[in-house]
Amino acid sequence: MNKSLLIFKHELISTIRRPGFIILTLALPIIALVGMRIIHSTSKSTQQATSITKIGYVDQIGEFSKFTKEGSVTFIPYKTVSEATKSLVNGDIEEYIVIPQNYITTGKIESFAINVGTRVSSTSQEEITKFLSVNLLIGKVPPIIIERVETPPNISSTTLTSTGAVSQTQYNIQNIIVPSIFSILMALALIFSSTYVLQGLGEEKENRLMEVLLSSVTPNQLITGKVLGIGLSGLIQVVVWVAIIPILLHMASSQFGGIFSTITIPAHFWVFGIIYFILGYLLFAVLSASIAAITSTVREAQGASAIFGIFAIAPYWFYSLLLLFPNSIIWKIFTIFPFSSPVLVMLRFGVSAVPLWQIATSIGVLILSIIIGILLSAKLLRIYLLMYGQRPTISEIIKNIKTQ
Amino acid sequence: MGEIEVNSINKSYFTKLAVSDLSFSVNKNEIFGLIGPNGAGKTTTIRMIMDIIKPDSGEIKIFGEKISEKTKNKLGYLPEERGLYKRLTVMESMIYLASLKGIDNTMAEKRGTELLKKIGMPDTRNKKIQELSKGMGQLIQFVITIINDPNLIILDEPFSGLDPVNTELLKNLIIDLKNQGKTVILSIHQMSQVEELCDRILMIDGGESVLYGNLKDIKTKYRDNSIILTYKGDLGQVPGIKEVKEKDGYAQLFLEQNIVPEQILKTLIDKKITINSFEIAEPTLNEIFLKVAKKKP
Repeated sequence: MNKSLLIFKHELISTIRRPGFIILTLALPIIALVGMRIIHSTSKSTQQATSITKIGYVDQIGEFSKFTKEGSVTFIPYKTVSEATKSLVNGDIEEYIVIPQNYITTGKIESFAINVGTRVSSTSQEEITKFLSVNLLIGKVPPIIIERVETPPNISSTTLTSTGAVSQTQYNIQNIIVPSIFSILMALALIFSSTYVLQGLGEEKENRLMEVLLSSVTPNQLITGKVLGIGLSGLIQVVVWVAIIPILLHMASSQFGGIFSTITIPAHFWVFGIIYFILGYLLFAVLSASIAAITSTVREAQGASAIFGIFAIAPYWFYSLLLLFPNSIIWKIFTIFPFSSPVLVMLRFGVSAVPLWQIATSIGVLILSIIIGILLSAKLLRIYLLMYGQRPTISEIIKNIKTQ
Repeated sequence: MGEIEVNSINKSYFTKLAVSDLSFSVNKNEIFGLIGPNGAGKTTTIRMIMDIIKPDSGEIKIFGEKISEKTKNKLGYLPEERGLYKRLTVMESMIYLASLKGIDNTMAEKRGTELLKKIGMPDTRNKKIQELSKGMGQLIQFVITIINDPNLIILDEPFSGLDPVNTELLKNLIIDLKNQGKTVILSIHQMSQVEELCDRILMIDGGESVLYGNLKDIKTKYRDNSIILTYKGDLGQVPGIKEVKEKDGYAQLFLEQNIVPEQILKTLIDKKITINSFEIAEPTLNEIFLKVAKKKP
């Protein structure tokens, strides 16, 4: 069997047997499911607690008696505040409001309830707003106007390209959810998987195993087998995480009014998602291998690699800017920059159309970076992997690469 | 042609010259000692032989050809800086590292079981490496080095960290390898062990060859023309002897230039001295080592 394949098999099995890997793979979906369950239960109990059917009101203006039933809520008039309070205490009503004489000019009303927590429910606020608006308008404007005031506008936006044509990627909240989730998972997987490469090579260096291995295989075989073996374990991790997304979306959908049920994931997203994950992983992995070659201990290597992990996460820091200015030149530059492109391209898919030339260039740059990375890490492995307890400076590393 | 042919290799680490114009060969079925003071370039030479690092110039041939994956499968290497996967069991380590030498799992397990029995550690097969003592771990590493039944075995400081019992066990295993027709390169500091085990040696100092050849020839070359004599009687003045050092139970007689031991023996017999033993004094390898190392500027 090919020696790279043997190392690949060994690394894959060793990584997925690591307790840390198993815990991480299972923990994320479990935390998400438990979190969703808690939100679901809490909101259900809140809904139960706030299913208000009777709201009292004290009308100090005398304009609010024509319309007293809004949805499931009935508004019951009281002449005085003390009468309303008495009914509230007796449990005849869940809360009551006082509409003061200066309401028209100030817009202020007061609300009273026994349990403050239930009074602030968005449902009762919505019903009260409608009750006030309709009573003020009824008889003064046509019913269709009142209906429009009651129901807010349904805005449908269409993104156009710079030539005025309808863009293939239309911005809406549904479209950005899946790219966001996917790119978070991708960033995590890139960081975790490359950490495993780092740990794997670092441990072999710390355990003084490297020389034993290099007496049987070449540095290229070692790096190829390791990167691919650990890479597949990272892919398995992402598959487990992605597999849980439909369940989470289903739970979230029932929670957020069916918004998630309208989500469709276009085929090109999946295709590029897989391509960018593989290329992104390979780049981070060969970089980790290079860092492990130079540094003496796993701890030192992790510190150095954290700098590059930032590039994977960085697109999130500027996500709001991406939403506001999706066509800025900054995104074009960082789409081509190999360390940020995998996560950024995924995010951009949800916001606007990414021109094909940018995708092609970024994939090309990623492939080129990976090839250079493999050659570089193999060279560094030969130069530094057998040097223990020495930490070279950057200028020394450059000098050594040139001279060796 | 030898099992290893090294021709004029050079290696520098940045500005430091580690190995300079080094040439030697290792013959089949011999134990070859690679000796020298710390930092002499022994490990660098071994790493170049094993193709772990490349020489800047020069050529190395193993079994008559440049090192390849096929050649590596016939080699066994125990480096000075050594270790194993701490979380794997002894047998898992053996099988994985043997597979990298082209040995299938069944064969690796069979060989591994046999070798564990040979070193008296059959019960450790399912133990994790981290559960073993340092000495036990070292013996396991030796076993892994020879699990592929290599034709050429390179051992860099194999006895370091071993207690006297395990040192003796390892020595016997090395002699066994020679008896099986294998070639062994030993890099060790203990000169007594070199004398005990090696047929030929190469001493490196400052990256250069300073002593090379058959151990007996080297010792002959470094003789100081003296005789070790145990006797009864009065030596008095003996013609041809320039100095006599009386030691505990014997005397060392230093001969004048151009005087051979046979002439002294004849003179002593003529003088009716009772001779219990008469032998040509040979320097120890340690003495030669110190002498040669001191000569280097």
